Amino acid sequence: MSIAISGLTKRFGQTDVLCGVDLEVSKGELVALLGPSGSGKTTLLKIIAGLEWPDAGRLAVNDQNWLQLAAQDRRIGFVFQHYALFPHMRVRDNIAFGLSVRPRSERPGKAVIAAKVDEMLHFLQITHLADRFPGQLSGGQRQRVALGRALAIEPAVLLLDEPFGALDAAIRRDLRRWLRGVHDATGSTTIFVTHDQEEAFELADRVVVMGEGRIEQIGHADAIHDHPATPFVARFMGATVEFPVTLNSGRAEASGLDISALPRRALPDGPARLFARPEDITLIPDAGAPWRIASRISNGAHLRFVLSHPALGEAEADVPRRTANADALTPDAAVRLRIEAGTIFPAERGIATTSVRSPGFEPVKEKSR
Amino acid sequence: MTTAAIAPPIRAKRVLPGFTLSLGTTLLYLTLIVLIPVLALILKGAEMGPARFWQIISSPRAVAAFQITLTAAAIATVINAVYGLLMAWVLVRYEFPGKRLLDAMMDVPFALPTAVAGLSLTALFSANGWFGQVLEAAGIQVVYTIWGIVLAMAFTSVPFVVRTVQPVLEDLDPALEQAAVTLGAGPFAIFRRVVLPAILPAWMAGCTTAFARSLGEFGAIVFIAGNLPFRTEIAALLAYIRLEEYDYNGAAAIALVLLGFALVLLLASNLLQFWAARYREGQK
Ligand SMILES: Nc1ncnc2c1ncn2[C@@H]1O[C@H](COP(=O)(O)OP(=O)(O)O)[C@@H](O)[C@H]1O
Ligand SMILES: [Mg+2]
Repeated sequence: MSIAISGLTKRFGQTDVLCGVDLEVSKGELVALLGPSGSGKTTLLKIIAGLEWPDAGRLAVNDQNWLQLAAQDRRIGFVFQHYALFPHMRVRDNIAFGLSVRPRSERPGKAVIAAKVDEMLHFLQITHLADRFPGQLSGGQRQRVALGRALAIEPAVLLLDEPFGALDAAIRRDLRRWLRGVHDATGSTTIFVTHDQEEAFELADRVVVMGEGRIEQIGHADAIHDHPATPFVARFMGATVEFPVTLNSGRAEASGLDISALPRRALPDGPARLFARPEDITLIPDAGAPWRIASRISNGAHLRFVLSHPALGEAEADVPRRTANADALTPDAAVRLRIEAGTIFPAERGIATTSVRSPGFEPVKEKSR
Repeated sequence: MTTAAIAPPIRAKRVLPGFTLSLGTTLLYLTLIVLIPVLALILKGAEMGPARFWQIISSPRAVAAFQITLTAAAIATVINAVYGLLMAWVLVRYEFPGKRLLDAMMDVPFALPTAVAGLSLTALFSANGWFGQVLEAAGIQVVYTIWGIVLAMAFTSVPFVVRTVQPVLEDLDPALEQAAVTLGAGPFAIFRRVVLPAILPAWMAGCTTAFARSLGEFGAIVFIAGNLPFRTEIAALLAYIRLEEYDYNGAAAIALVLLGFALVLLLASNLLQFWAARYREGQK
């Protein structure tokens, strides 16, 4: 089933949660919605499921207008962030739920449902859990049951809200591979929400980056990593050091920076802003340069430097500890900064100094590591 | 348990100080206020011997009183089970003007002296009262009949159902119902298969307490019931009459039967709740 979304808006009270979302998902595709918390991912997913209703916009699935279809009739599989398993039903009955609530005329016989549940248990490799209650399962097991319950109705569209959000790292990686297998085997169109870049890029065919109710960029891992479409994406992808630069026929210049490695940018001359990751900044000792090393901290593999500039402020750089000139990079040394990779955007008005954002500018609790 | 005997005892620090003191005080209080009166009642009953006890409680007037009390309490509880659930549902699930006022009014039967409740109900439902006139015209008499007793019982015990179901309904994860919707369940199926099982233990507990309260209700009933022996005389009133006649044994025997009902009810309710919550057992 192909999904076509256009101009979707939604507000809760005074906040615009979605401000004009356009998205196409083709049949059998696995798409990730990636964004910091509060960017409207869950709301978008719930609108597709029919659990929320947009204020404006269109949602068509296989050219059928889904905004006129009740959630019950959409035949979607929805996996909730905290699983939402029915606590008073055994695993078997949880999985059978979608089949056993059908109207009598469409409901399969008891034996058919039981066989279908057995098949699902087998497919998800949870046969041994069939007679347990959800309260007796681990997080990863609950996740599998939740997916089994959603898949049992053979949904045309599968929607997953932070499916691995509450699990620890090793189980996440396991389940990720397993989910990909399930998707490929069922051939359903799948959209899943995550705030974890690694998860999105590893699992999805295409990644949709969302920020504050808007789609910022759609693409594959390399493109989003190397060519962020907006400052938001650049920051979200870890380019947390920002320098004010001046563009001169497509070349960026700034005091104490060597930006010659970056390709020309087709932007008008004048002030602009350069976004770089700390690990893409190389430090070159240069007695005449304006940057000074303010501090140097080692975490074993890397040295993290804080640099200061009399006019521009502070910047951060990450350097492998075993680089040749590491010994020369001592506090108070004067250095030049060579930017190996980065992206230049038109200047945001009113910001003329360097700024460093801590890499996790999204809330810390959301970090997976 | 066995390791505790071998390992040197390590006493965990408690968050609240004075555990021993606070537990001791509570137990003492419970003993004084609940255990000793109940024990005294039982001893009083034992004192008279089984034959006399049986004679008292099987007298036609006592049997009639028990029948009336149980029947009226059962009807009142069924009414409250339905109405209390509906009330709790409305208070939790809908937003409407005056909701907080309605919520506060739910406590009126708790706060109102039962005699006041009895008097106002009597005034409303007597032949020339606001409701009484209308019902009279339809050929229904409430005052001085068992329906008067049912009414008084229902009025005083409805908060028990509302106030036990309400918090459970509030805590119910909305995602459960949303999950059911995405799986194709209609409103009725969602209520029966998802919501009801979740609130069933609390609902049953509320109904049991309401029933027990109805069995023991006195103040509100005596005004509206007319208190005709064999017709509208409740067990608690009969015990009171016996006491007035200095027939302590008679009063104690009837009271003991009421106590027995209450204990059986409590046990049944606990067993039912235990069963309804069986899926919570054995959780890791
Ligand atoms: N039912 C609701 N009522 C009011 N505000 C809501 C509701 N649901 C979500 N929001 C708000 O909408 C914004 C986006 O929420 P959500 O879609 O859950 O984001 P995400 O899933 O990306 O973290 C948040 O600011 C949140 O507070
Ligand atoms: Mg969310």
